[in-house]
Amino acid sequence: MSAALFYALIGAGIFSLGLYALIIHPHLLRKILAFNLMGSGVFLMLAGLARRTPDGAPDPVPHAMVITGIVVAVAATALALVLMLSLRDASGHVVLPDEKEH
Amino acid sequence: MGQPGMVQYWDIALILLPLTAALLAFLFPRGGTFIGLLTAVAVMTCAAGLTSVLLGEGEQHHAIGGWGAPLGIMLHTDGLSMLMLLMGAVVGLGISLYAIAWFRDEPAKAKRFWPLWLLLWTALNALFLSADIFNLYVTLELLGLSAAGLAALAGGPAALAAAMRYLLVSLLGSLLYLLGVALLYHAHGTVDIALLAERLSPSPASWAAVGLMSVGLLLKTALFPLHFWLPPAHSSASAPVSALLSALVVKATFYLFLRLWLELFATVTPQLNTLLGMLGAAAVLWGSLQALRQSRLKLLIAYSTVAQIGYLFMAFPLAALAGLSAWNGALYLALSHALAKSAMFMAAGNLVRHAGHDRIAELDCVAQRLPLSVAAFALAGMSIMGLPPSGGFVAKWWLLEAAMGQGQWALALVLILGGIMAAAYVFKVVGFAFTKAQVPHEARSVPLTMEWVALALALGAVLLGLFVLSPLSVLAVGEPFGLTPGVVVQ
Repeated sequence: MSAALFYALIGAGIFSLGLYALIIHPHLLRKILAFNLMGSGVFLMLAGLARRTPDGAPDPVPHAMVITGIVVAVAATALALVLMLSLRDASGHVVLPDEKEH
Repeated sequence: MGQPGMVQYWDIALILLPLTAALLAFLFPRGGTFIGLLTAVAVMTCAAGLTSVLLGEGEQHHAIGGWGAPLGIMLHTDGLSMLMLLMGAVVGLGISLYAIAWFRDEPAKAKRFWPLWLLLWTALNALFLSADIFNLYVTLELLGLSAAGLAALAGGPAALAAAMRYLLVSLLGSLLYLLGVALLYHAHGTVDIALLAERLSPSPASWAAVGLMSVGLLLKTALFPLHFWLPPAHSSASAPVSALLSALVVKATFYLFLRLWLELFATVTPQLNTLLGMLGAAAVLWGSLQALRQSRLKLLIAYSTVAQIGYLFMAFPLAALAGLSAWNGALYLALSHALAKSAMFMAAGNLVRHAGHDRIAELDCVAQRLPLSVAAFALAGMSIMGLPPSGGFVAKWWLLEAAMGQGQWALALVLILGGIMAAAYVFKVVGFAFTKAQVPHEARSVPLTMEWVALALALGAVLLGLFVLSPLSVLAVGEPFGLTPGVVVQ
């Protein structure tokens, strides 16, 4: 197994873990964290797959994509946190209405 | 870049103008209304300018800063993207005018509406013009974040919960899309759509990428059964926001899916078109049935959007054989739905403003008090149910022709059934608009602008059926469907 494939598989694993957590946890903060985890999985895949040949230099384009992705993820997390706090202020809950609090 | 020495800047202006305006509206909130109106007119001018260039010189490629693919960012305009840009310009102007009147008494909300709406418009235009799948990811995120912010604008627990769900769904969709982009880039070394189209071949990596990107985009487009988030988000938002979410935002992700399908996905997984058609047909039946069952006006309209999205996807199996007429039908439906649905949500907003609620059974002779709004609703309803001479009729006629022509009787039946059910839910509302309610309500006056804008957009949806040739001549520029008009592909 090449190093690139190893990192890619780990990335896919982290993405799946995040997706699982996003679906099963009703608490919004956990959902937001799960989304960030999924993002990290994608970024790891992008960065891991950047080395195309075993001894060649890594391709810089995926790294630029990761930087862009991180900026987007930070903005999205900030918006999600603000929405979560306003939802708590308005309704007293930090879960979506049709999901039960555990 | 067009011909040498003939560089046009309309496409760049279409992105930069609303972006600059959004920042200005954020910095100078008092001038938001003025900035918004000015931008709406400017975007309309730029879209008209770009259309005339397009009709004169054919499709446009623009390498920003002189850096072309594969490293730089390319803007690409053909008939398909132009039609979407025009749709955004017309509906966007209507929404801006409506929003001025809607937010007149709520300066705190107006202050937040204009930067977000202008940012959303930037994302829309950039999405329609981008030619590489990573840039498209950025525009998707911009679109999703500003749309979630707008959906939360109405305030209150219901709207905030719906906006939160909308944001989570939107982020999940974008991440799935990004994962697909990562796989495609690794396998083919480029994110430029045209270059990818040359290099793509059916392989496990391509299948995985197409699967991930499709699910992400279909989730954002709310194709049945991934539509669960749409009705609460669209119905609990403020009226101008409901209008722009249903008319424009859903169309943007549909456009992206269609574009990728035409250029990339169809070569990798052509057999998926049957599945898309079945999901589309299910969406039409399920969405219409749910719309019929609703007792709240805005939820009814939102479920009608779920059904109308179904029609767009029914074109995929039909286009495999009927080609151009099925695609023309889908695009025409997208256009007329954008006009009709924004008019419907605005008319519903007027009724809510007037009566203070949106319970259909208690509309209370609203036809006599707000005749223009009820007329707008009924005219838009004509296009939604597909009565001649509306744009919706022309679109469904082409789809029906394509379905009959190749013996797809099940799809033809769904097309007809969907129209009948749409007629039932539109008449349900119109009927209650004429009857007197049991409990009379305090009525508030509605600004005339709000009534006229709704009526103008609804009229636009109807007129679209009478002037078919000019939209089609725009759509044909650059042959976005790879088919020349008049040529039948066997």
